[in-house]
Amino acid sequence: MAADSRLRVKSIEGVTQVEFIDRNILDEANIQAIGDEISVLIEEADVPNLLLSFSNVDHLSSAALGALITINNKVKAKGGALRLANIDPQIYEVFMITRLNKLFEIHETTDDALKAFA
Amino acid sequence: MSTSNGANPDPHPDTASVSLPHDRERIDALQAALMEAVERAGYPKPSRFAIKLAFEEALMNAFHHGHEGLGDDLEVRVEYEVHPEVVVIRVEDQGPGFNPDKVPDPTLDENLALPSGRGIMLMRAYMTEVAHNATGNRVELKYIRPED
Repeated sequence: MAADSRLRVKSIEGVTQVEFIDRNILDEANIQAIGDEISVLIEEADVPNLLLSFSNVDHLSSAALGALITINNKVKAKGGALRLANIDPQIYEVFMITRLNKLFEIHETTDDALKAFA
Repeated sequence: MSTSNGANPDPHPDTASVSLPHDRERIDALQAALMEAVERAGYPKPSRFAIKLAFEEALMNAFHHGHEGLGDDLEVRVEYEVHPEVVVIRVEDQGPGFNPDKVPDPTLDENLALPSGRGIMLMRAYMTEVAHNATGNRVELKYIRPED
């Protein structure tokens, strides 16, 4: 992973766990960099099982939601699964307003999400 | 001085009126100044979340959609006023404008997987009022402090 990575990544039992380092996922350059990093992880996996943790994230924009949708589409195109976890209640409200809680599989904790992969 | 309609015309509001280039550092600096003013005025955390999100969406709409195809050198006019009971943000781009009512509803099942088109709905969800001018190149966001 590049030295200026915006992600903490670890792979355990076939699940790639990604934790966002940034508190704000707002601007396009940041979002592009995150999207590119995650795309590489998806490309490297035969069947990507991806868990994104939002534990550090306080703010995200509609552009970030768009990047998550693109990630979801790439994961599904390779027959994998994407799960989201540790989303702050204020941010979860953004998912509800946009109805993206219907599109994404969202778990309260990473442990819950990991169990769902099993 | 206060009025009973919830929109207190503070004689000394925190204000800014600037022309912003598409430069993230400049955008972040203005956003930080706005959020500091909002915090000074005592708005609670959910209000600050709402205002920061709507400000971001309005600016990104202006630079990405308003100025689409017009080059990256055009600046966006941004004004804000932070009063004790109301925050007003105005964002004006130099593009030809658009009709905000023609933006497809991103919450429809058939549009859920589209990666864009959520900025306006988020502004409308979090702000008290969102008004575009007739041309559609200027938006005014109004956030009235919720009652405790």
